[in-house]
Amino acid sequence: MFEYAPAPESRSVVDLKPSYGLFIDGKFVDPTDGGSFKSINPASEEVLAEIAEAGAQDVERAVSAARKAYDKVWGPMPGRDRAKYLYRIARLIQERSRELAVLESLDNGKPIRESRDVDLPLVAAHFFYYAGWADKLGHAGFGSNPQPIGVAAQVIPWNFPLLMLAWKIAPALAAGNTVVLKPAETTPLTALLFAEICQQADLPAGVVNIVTGAGDTGRALVEHPGVDKVAFTGSTEVGRAIARSVAGTRKKLTLELGGKAANIVFDDAPIDQAVEGIVNGIFFNQGHVCCAGSRLLVQENVADRVLESLKRRMAHLRVGDPLDKNTDVGAINSAAQLERIRELSDAGSAEGAERWSPPCELPDRGFWFAPTIFTGVTQAHRIAREEIFGPVLSVLTFRTPAEAVEKANNTPYGLSAGIWTDKGSRILWMADRLRAGVVWANTFNKFDPTSPFGGYKESGYGREGGRHGLEGYLNV
Amino acid sequence: MSERVAVRKTYKLFIGGKFPRSESGRSYLVQSSNVSLASRKDARDAVVAARAAVKGWAGATAYNRGQILYRAAEMLEGRREQFVALGIPGDEVDAAVDRWVWYAGWADKLAQVYGGANPVAGPYFNISAPEPTGVVAVVAPERPALLGLVSVIAPAIVTGNTVVVAASPSEPLAAVTLAEVLATSDLPGGVVNILTGAITETAPALAAHMDVNAIDLTGVTDATLAGELEVKAAENLKRVLRPAPADHDWTVDPGVTRMTTLLETKTVWHPKGV
Amino acid sequence: MTATTTSARSDLSELGRSETALRTFLHGLPGVDQVGAEQRAAQLGTRSIKTTAKAQAIDLAIRMVDLTTLEGADTPGKVRALAAKALRPDPADPSCPHVGAVCVYPAMVPYVAEVLRGSAVHLASVATAFPSGQAPLEIKLADTRAAVAAGADEIDMVINRGAFLAGRYSEVYDEIVATKEACGDAHLKVILETGELATYDNVRRASWLAMLAGGDFIKTSTGKVPVAATLPVTLVMLEAVRDFRAATGRQVGVKPAGGIKTTKDAIKYLVMVNETVGADWLDPDWFRFGASSLLNDLLMQRTKLTTGVYSGPDYFTLD
Repeated sequence: MFEYAPAPESRSVVDLKPSYGLFIDGKFVDPTDGGSFKSINPASEEVLAEIAEAGAQDVERAVSAARKAYDKVWGPMPGRDRAKYLYRIARLIQERSRELAVLESLDNGKPIRESRDVDLPLVAAHFFYYAGWADKLGHAGFGSNPQPIGVAAQVIPWNFPLLMLAWKIAPALAAGNTVVLKPAETTPLTALLFAEICQQADLPAGVVNIVTGAGDTGRALVEHPGVDKVAFTGSTEVGRAIARSVAGTRKKLTLELGGKAANIVFDDAPIDQAVEGIVNGIFFNQGHVCCAGSRLLVQENVADRVLESLKRRMAHLRVGDPLDKNTDVGAINSAAQLERIRELSDAGSAEGAERWSPPCELPDRGFWFAPTIFTGVTQAHRIAREEIFGPVLSVLTFRTPAEAVEKANNTPYGLSAGIWTDKGSRILWMADRLRAGVVWANTFNKFDPTSPFGGYKESGYGREGGRHGLEGYLNV
Repeated sequence: MSERVAVRKTYKLFIGGKFPRSESGRSYLVQSSNVSLASRKDARDAVVAARAAVKGWAGATAYNRGQILYRAAEMLEGRREQFVALGIPGDEVDAAVDRWVWYAGWADKLAQVYGGANPVAGPYFNISAPEPTGVVAVVAPERPALLGLVSVIAPAIVTGNTVVVAASPSEPLAAVTLAEVLATSDLPGGVVNILTGAITETAPALAAHMDVNAIDLTGVTDATLAGELEVKAAENLKRVLRPAPADHDWTVDPGVTRMTTLLETKTVWHPKGV
Repeated sequence: MTATTTSARSDLSELGRSETALRTFLHGLPGVDQVGAEQRAAQLGTRSIKTTAKAQAIDLAIRMVDLTTLEGADTPGKVRALAAKALRPDPADPSCPHVGAVCVYPAMVPYVAEVLRGSAVHLASVATAFPSGQAPLEIKLADTRAAVAAGADEIDMVINRGAFLAGRYSEVYDEIVATKEACGDAHLKVILETGELATYDNVRRASWLAMLAGGDFIKTSTGKVPVAATLPVTLVMLEAVRDFRAATGRQVGVKPAGGIKTTKDAIKYLVMVNETVGADWLDPDWFRFGASSLLNDLLMQRTKLTTGVYSGPDYFTLD
C-alpha cells in the first residue's frame, strides 16, 4: 500500500487575534449594545477567537456610516476611481491568498486544497471582474446612466465565507453602493481579515462595514429602514422570512437560497468523468453547497455500473484534517449542521433507503460525517426532497429522458442541474426543460465571475456574477 | 319603421380561451353594465388554465410569439372604434396598439440583448439565456384602462409567460373587450386570463397561490394591501413587481424591466474538448 | 466501466474474429470527456507526497524504470554501461534498488543480456520496425523473434497507427496477435503512440484493442514523436486496464514512456495509479516508466531524503 504521509499546511501564516471587534466606518470598534461569541475550528473544536456580536445600535452605526459614505464619497466618486479601489483589493487578496486560505480552512473546516485552489482564486477573480465594470456601467444594458441603489445590507452563509463576501461586495461596490455585510456566526474570520484588507487598500471609511453576529444581528440589519437593498444567501426558510420582512418597503431584494439539484447520468455518458462529476457534485466542500448535485438520477440500465464505479471512487476520498494538503473532505462546519445531516440520514435509513459509506476513520474531536450514499431512494423519501447540505447523496433511477426531466423538476427548488451524456442534441433538449438557473452538462460545480448564478422557484431570485449580477445593485 | 332594438353584450370572464361567467354566479354593476364578479375559485381556475398553457406558449418559437402578438395589435387596431365607444380616448387606443407592437418586436430580441456568452476562465462553452418564469399574476392599473392593461400584459406574455390578470375594477369593460381581441388573434387559450371584480377578492388568492411564479402588483393602490400581497407572495418566493407610483406616466418608453423581472436566467456550461 | 458485463467474459475473445464485432465493441466504449479527464489528472497532481511516503514512492519508481536508450548512436559500450547502471543505480548506496528493465534496440540486446544475466532486471527490446511500424508484417515478426532469441524477455511493439486511424481495427488486432505469438514467453508491451491518436476516445479504444489482442502491457509512446506520455493519457489507459480486468479477469500493465524527467512527475504518476487502479498495479510487474534521465533525478531526490542536503548531478553516473 502507498500511504500518504501527513502533509499539513502551516498555520503560522495566520496571525489570529484573541478577539475581534466590529468593522464600522473604517475602524474596528467594540459593540455598544451587543455581546460576543466564539468562533471555533470545527475540525478540533478549538476556540479560534472571541467575536463581537453587533446589537441593534451597532447595526444603526454601521448603516449610518454606510449612508454617509454613500452620500459623501462613494456615490459621487467617478467609476474609474471606484474601479481602482476594487483592483487594489483584488491584488491584496492575491498577495495574501495563502493567509486567507489557511484562515478559511481553520474557521470553516473545508480542505485547504479547496480553499487554496477554488475559493481564493475565485474571490480575487470576482473583484477583478467587477472592478472593470465600475466605469462601464452605461454599457451593461441597463440604460446609459444607471444609478446605484444606496446602502446594501448583505447577509452571507458559512459554506464559502470569503467567496460569498466577494459575490456580494464586489458588484455592490462596482455599481456605486456602500455595504453593511454580516458574515455567518460560525465563519466570521476571513470577513474580518477582509476588513483589514479594505484598510490596507485605503478604501474610504464606511464603504464597507462588517457586523458580526447571528440571526438577530442579521434581522436588525435587513429590517433597518435605512437600507435600500437586501442581498441574502442562505436557506430558503430564512430567505422567505426576509422576503416577508421587506414586503411593502422600497428595498430591492435578491435571494440565493437552497437547492436539491439533480445530477442526471445517461447510459452513453463519459462514465469516468461522470463519476468524478458526481463526486465533485456532492462531496465538494463536504456537500455544504447550495447547488450540490445531491440527487443522482441515473439511467436504470447503467445504474449498477455507475454505482460500482462511484463506490470504488469514494473509497479513495481522504477525510480528515482540513489543513492537510491531501484531504478531500474536511469537517462539517458546526455541531448544529452535523446534527441536521445525521437526522436526515437517519430518516433515509428509517424510510428504507440503503445506506453506504466507504470505510474511513473519522477524527475523535470535531464534527465529522463520512461520505454517504443512499440507494433505492424514491421521490417520496425525505432525503430526495429536503436539502441535507452535507456529504450525502441520494440515488434514484429513471428510464427515459422525459422521466429524468420530470423527476429533476419535481422539487420546489431550481438552482442547478447536471446532465451527463455524449449526445449533444440530448444535452440541449434537457437543458431547455430543466427548471434550474445553472445547468452543467458533462461537468459540475463550475463557477466563474463572468457566469450568472442563481435560482428558479424557491431557490431564490436575482443573479450573481456576470453582467446580470450588476442588475441587483442598480436602480433599474 | 321602428328603431332596431340593440343586442346588448354580456361581459364575462376570460379563462382558458373561453368566456365563462363567475362560478359564483355573481356580477356587479359598473360602467352601466353587469360585469362578472370573480371569486377565489375563478382565480384558481384561471391559474390552472394559465399553467396548462405554459408548456405550449413558452415552448413556441420567439418568432411565433412575436407574430401572434403582432396579430393581436392588428386586431386591436381594427376594433379602435369599439374601445372609443367604451369611452377610451382615441389617443390611448393608438398608444395601446403601438405599445403592443413595440413589445411584439421584443419577442425574438430579448434573449440576444439579455443573454449571451460568458467568457469564463476555462475550456467551457458558457451561455446565459432568459426563460419565462411561468405563471404571472397581474393586478392591472386602475387606469388608463386600456393602455395600462396592455402595458402589463404584453411584457409578461411576450417572453413566454402566461398571465392571470385582475382587471381594473372600476373600468373593466376595456379588459373584457381586449379579451375578445385576444380570443380572435391566434393567442392560445390560457395564455391570458382576465378576471373582473374586486382586487381584494382575487389578488390575495393569486398572491398566495403556490403554483403562481410571479406577481405584478402594479395596479394595487392601497399600500397596506400591496404589503400584504407581497408577504403572501414570499411563501413560495414569487418574483414581485411592486406597485407603480400613482403619478406613473404610461405613455413614456417603458424600458425592459417589466420583461426582465418576469424572466429567469439559465446558464449552461459545457466543456470544450475533442 | 465498459459495455461488457461478467456474463460477456467468454464473448470478448471472439471479438477479434470480425471487423464488425470489433468496431461495434470499440465504438460502444464510453466516451472520454477531455476537459474532465485532464482536470482529474491535474487534481491528482496536487497531492503532496512527503517524507516516508516520498521515500517509498522514490524506491518504487526506481524499481519501475525501464532504463532506455533508443538512439542510432547506441553502441555495445553505451548499452553495457546502461545495463550496469540498471543493476546498481547508486553505486554508493547498496540499499538502492535496481531498475525494472533495460530497454534497447534489438541489435543491442546481446550486449545487455551479457551484463544482466542472472539478475532480476528484465531486458526489454523495441521491435516491429520501431518507431514507425511501417514495414511488412513478416519483417516486424522477424524483428521480434530476433530480439527474443537474443535474450529479450520483454518486447515493446508499436501498433499500426495508420490502420487504426483508418478504422482497420482487425488489421491492428491481427498484428498484435501475431507479434504476441512471435514473442513466445516474452512479455508483450503494446505501444499505442498516443501522441498520434489525437483523442482520448482513440486512446481508450486502442487500449482495449491491444488488450483484447493479448498485450501484456499497454504503453503510451515511442518517445519519437513530439507528444509522449502525459498524465491524462495515462489516466485513460489506467481506467482501461481496470475495466478490462473487471470484464475479463486478466490484469494488464501500463507503461507511460517519454517526457517523464523528474521525481515530481514520477510521483504524480504513482499517485494516479494508487487512486485509479489501486495497490494491485503499484508493482514493477504492472507499472513501468519508460525513461532515461528520470533515474538520476530519482537518485538525487533519494539522496536528499537520506542525507537532508540537496545533491548535484556530478554525484551520479551519466549512463
